[in-house]
Amino acid sequence: MATSSVSKGCFVFKPSAKKKKKTLDLESYFTDGCEDARSSELRFELCQDLWDQIKTETEILQDELNRKVLDSLLEFTKKCSSIRHHSDWTSQMRASEIPTAALILGVNVTDHDMTFQSLSELLQTSVTPHVASVQAKECGALKHLMKKVLERLMDTVVAVGDDDDDEVEEETEQHHRSVHCSLTTLCDWYSKKTKKSSSGTPGKKRSSLVVNEQQEPPVVIVFKDLEAFNPRVLQDFILVCSRYVQRLPLMFIFGIATAPSTIQHMLPHSVSSLLCIELFQSLSCSQHLTTVIEKLILTHSFPFKLNGKVMQVLVGIFLYHDFSVKNFIKGLQLALLEHFYSQPLSVLCCRKEKALLNLKHLRHDDLERVRQLPSFRRFVEKQEIEEQEKLRTDDSHLKNVCQKLMKDLHKYHKCYYPILRCLHTLTSSLPRYPLGKQIRELHLICLEKNVWEAEEYQSAVNLLKMLAKDELISLLQKCAEILQPIRSTQMKSACVQLEELLSKFQQLDAPATDQSTASEENFTSPVKNLPKKTDLFQLQKTLLESRRSRKKSPFEALRNEALDFIDTLVKSHLSPPESQPLYEVCYYSSSAAVRRHLNAAPRTSIQAALSSPYHYLQNESLKSDDGTVSNSAPDICIAYKLHLECGRLINLYDWLEAYSTVISAAEGTDPDSDGFGKVDEVKHARFIRAVAELEFLGFIKSTKQKTDHVARLTWGGC
Amino acid sequence: MTGLLQQPGYDEERLKRVSELLPCREVQAGMLLSLMGQPQQYCYPSVFIYGHRSSGKSHVTNILMEELELPHATVSCVECVSVALLFEQVLLSFFGCDAASLLPRSPSLSDFVRIYRQQSSQFPAEQTRYIVSDTSPELLRDADANLLPALLRLQELVEDNVTVILLSEIVWETFRPNTGCFEPLLLHFPDYSKDELKQVLSKNKHPSYSAEFYSSYINILLGVFYSVCRDLRELRHLAALNFSKFCEPVEAGKAKVGDTHKLWKNIEPHLKKAMRTVYLREVSRCLSAHTHVELPYYSKFLLIAAYLASYNPARTDKRFFVKHHGKIRKTNFLKKNEKTSNHLLGPKPFPLDRLLAIFYSVVDSRVAPTASIFSQISSLVTLQLLVQISHDDQLDAPKYKCAVTLDFISAISRTVNFDIVKYLYDFL
Ligand SMILES: Nc1ncnc2c1ncn2[C@@H]1O[C@H](COP(=O)(O)OP(=O)(O)O)[C@@H](O)[C@H]1O
Repeated sequence: MATSSVSKGCFVFKPSAKKKKKTLDLESYFTDGCEDARSSELRFELCQDLWDQIKTETEILQDELNRKVLDSLLEFTKKCSSIRHHSDWTSQMRASEIPTAALILGVNVTDHDMTFQSLSELLQTSVTPHVASVQAKECGALKHLMKKVLERLMDTVVAVGDDDDDEVEEETEQHHRSVHCSLTTLCDWYSKKTKKSSSGTPGKKRSSLVVNEQQEPPVVIVFKDLEAFNPRVLQDFILVCSRYVQRLPLMFIFGIATAPSTIQHMLPHSVSSLLCIELFQSLSCSQHLTTVIEKLILTHSFPFKLNGKVMQVLVGIFLYHDFSVKNFIKGLQLALLEHFYSQPLSVLCCRKEKALLNLKHLRHDDLERVRQLPSFRRFVEKQEIEEQEKLRTDDSHLKNVCQKLMKDLHKYHKCYYPILRCLHTLTSSLPRYPLGKQIRELHLICLEKNVWEAEEYQSAVNLLKMLAKDELISLLQKCAEILQPIRSTQMKSACVQLEELLSKFQQLDAPATDQSTASEENFTSPVKNLPKKTDLFQLQKTLLESRRSRKKSPFEALRNEALDFIDTLVKSHLSPPESQPLYEVCYYSSSAAVRRHLNAAPRTSIQAALSSPYHYLQNESLKSDDGTVSNSAPDICIAYKLHLECGRLINLYDWLEAYSTVISAAEGTDPDSDGFGKVDEVKHARFIRAVAELEFLGFIKSTKQKTDHVARLTWGGC
Repeated sequence: MTGLLQQPGYDEERLKRVSELLPCREVQAGMLLSLMGQPQQYCYPSVFIYGHRSSGKSHVTNILMEELELPHATVSCVECVSVALLFEQVLLSFFGCDAASLLPRSPSLSDFVRIYRQQSSQFPAEQTRYIVSDTSPELLRDADANLLPALLRLQELVEDNVTVILLSEIVWETFRPNTGCFEPLLLHFPDYSKDELKQVLSKNKHPSYSAEFYSSYINILLGVFYSVCRDLRELRHLAALNFSKFCEPVEAGKAKVGDTHKLWKNIEPHLKKAMRTVYLREVSRCLSAHTHVELPYYSKFLLIAAYLASYNPARTDKRFFVKHHGKIRKTNFLKKNEKTSNHLLGPKPFPLDRLLAIFYSVVDSRVAPTASIFSQISSLVTLQLLVQISHDDQLDAPKYKCAVTLDFISAISRTVNFDIVKYLYDFL
């Protein structure tokens, strides 16, 4: 920075408006390189709004999902702390044990942080201010664990207790003097703490013995990742703690990722007998994912959508790689950002009113983009010639048409999700789940193609035809319940029709003659009697036979009517989004980008760079069609290529010779001349550098097995 | 029975209370008391008490110290992660925190002795001071070669009326340094007999039931468990756990308190069932329901590959994983010393690339070697399902071992339809 002073010295520069700059930053990243600043600002805003919405919704969801297990944990801690005082016989007998909650969280370790966060917040607000969480990596030895626990416990209180500052000072000082100090310090600190809060006059020690639970809150220590702890450290810590249970109401919470048997693997009986363990199971991560998808993806109120491929990638990463809901949401965020960044028309991806408003302000360029959209082109082709011409040339007409199309798109979404749920309700309990067990599977099928043309759909319908009456009725009732609250005329009428059907089913019961009930029973029996694992073919055959052998009963007629009705609903509302004009506005479809960002393959790209440098360098001279490396490629590529031809151990000298030959050829030295393939100093140095780089990348390493050799660390690749 | 404890110089009433609190340990307590002598008399410099777990060693010493209000410092060797802490605690409880703060930052034994002497000359002992070292004194022995011998003759070193009491589960012989040292007095606490156990356990009677009723319960309990478990602590735990079940018929009005036979009939099957989980505590009860661990799809295959790599000899990989391996029969590559089961020998370490090679041949689809495949390996290590051995250096060809059981891996394999037994050399 420049100053107007001529002398040397120190100058204070106030950080001028730094804050403003920072907030701008985020946006300027986004708008950078876009020709139309206004539209990109708008998109940025929309994107931010949606992301905030996702964030709050997932947080609420997380809270709701954890509520049950956290509530029971809280209950447990409260119970434990109250038991210490007015207790019954059983708990008195076990007073010397440390109450311990084993919280089984599942292997998606990345998600646990959120759970522990809300857990300790909850504990702090409703049970005790004294909560310390420790992680294995901070506690290599007993000493460190002890130190961490003391620090956390005493510090949390330091942060809270503003009213007696000098007290706190003194405490921290004392505690810093003897950080290595034992739990005795903690006990003293604790009794001081509790005595102070129990407003009784000091000195009357005896009388204050009649304390209630509020005045003696438990001291909770949370071990976030039990498996990773050094068993020795944990054992010692528990042994030490158990000596203080009389003076200090300790409580442990173990976060366990695998199974409760871990406790037995880690703690010998002499130690685990000091604990009084209770198990708590948190929600499984796939259930968690299901709810997240339900809330964020399978709803019309969230305008941003993923197409089938992207969805597949995200779900795939979850199921195949990490089980992490957090990462799933990260993926969703990435898709969201990419969509709004790369698709200028995403200004229309928002609530209906807003979208219609934004549509009005579209400029000529944007309208041209609309004309380019494949879905729109398909739409245009279906119009009459005159209309086609008008759409191509008349901007305002186009805007009008787009208004209608956007409305249609919203309507489509409004109907799609309820019908999807209905279809799922009907099919999710069928034997062997022809249309998937989870609604996301059905959703994926529907995104890809016309579901009613799928084989699975046919078999599902066939299976539905074999349901017993009461089963069918209850399923249809559930469907009606799904459709009921939807505010859309189409859904309303569908709901009415469904109710009518249901009441017809009810009426079937009323004049039930003996004969008809008998036939119904007859009818349901073949399905019921089938073994669970019959294949579909068998089922269909039974169905056909039974159908041929008998005339349709009124139930059968009605059932077919109902199923036909469902079928028409499916056909009219579950067509894939590609069929909707302008769907590109809302759907993000670049699955490759998502995969590249979320599931990187560093090794593949390094190998690609080394074996075909053209891929990254884009230099024409490096281009080769047959996959071979040209002689003029960078040294490291040549060294790499040569090393692929070697076995486990590579003779350095041979390698150098080969390298030098290649390089000489590249330099255009005459193959017959003396100097060809000779190793000179420069070549030698270049070779050594290439080898060092390969070692750095982890392809080779030096070895003591054989002199002048290096070992290959990778296999295959030739 | 009471009044067995007698020692001049102590309050009669207190002695009586002590003996009430120590059923079945009167002999040992009496012995200890007579060793201690009268309060102001010098006691033998060091006493070594040994006996199995829960034979009441700490119980007896603590009761004596507390009830007779003797000046004492109890230190735990586990807790004293450094000797400094031990010294500090001793000084703290004898002379207050001022003395403890005199210790330099990392005090040596002689610092401790110096400060102790200085303090004790100011506040000489009016009665014997006791240092009780609770639990695992073997840590003392291993901490510092000089520490234990010095403690044993601390009385002499500090010239004060002080006695060190060591409580141990193992015998003195394992402690004696090879250079020899001052021999402490040995005092053995034998295990409780069945009758003694009954007597001790019956003490914790339930307030709303009679002592007789409770002791009949203890009788039944011991009848079932005595053959498998004699640990007082464990038995007490079991007693607390099962008592409510025992009272059920009485509470429901189906049986009278005196109707021992009926009560026995009611509780016996229940106890028999509990027998299977003795020593396992609560965890076990829900255990069977939760042995199943959910893992991501590829993690399952990585674990399977690790298991195969750990239990199959590397030579046999070709036989299992190369598609057209021709006919290699087991006998062809059976070496003499490999007749023993690999499962009996435990998992063997394997390098990362062998794991990956097996992984790629067992997993049924093409898998890109993405970063997340590799990070799953480290996740498995964090979960303790794999163990990384030797160095942490990732570049230097790390080696792993698989740490799961056959049952576990079979369950995992079933969920991905992989017949693991077909790929295990041991089951060929
Ligand atoms: N004679 C006894 N009377 C009452 N309780 C006893 C007796 N002996 C042992 N206990 C109890 O058994 C438990 C274990 O005893 P403890 O002295 O800690 O065993 P040790 O130190 O030998 O391992 C303690 O809770 C103690 O109260």
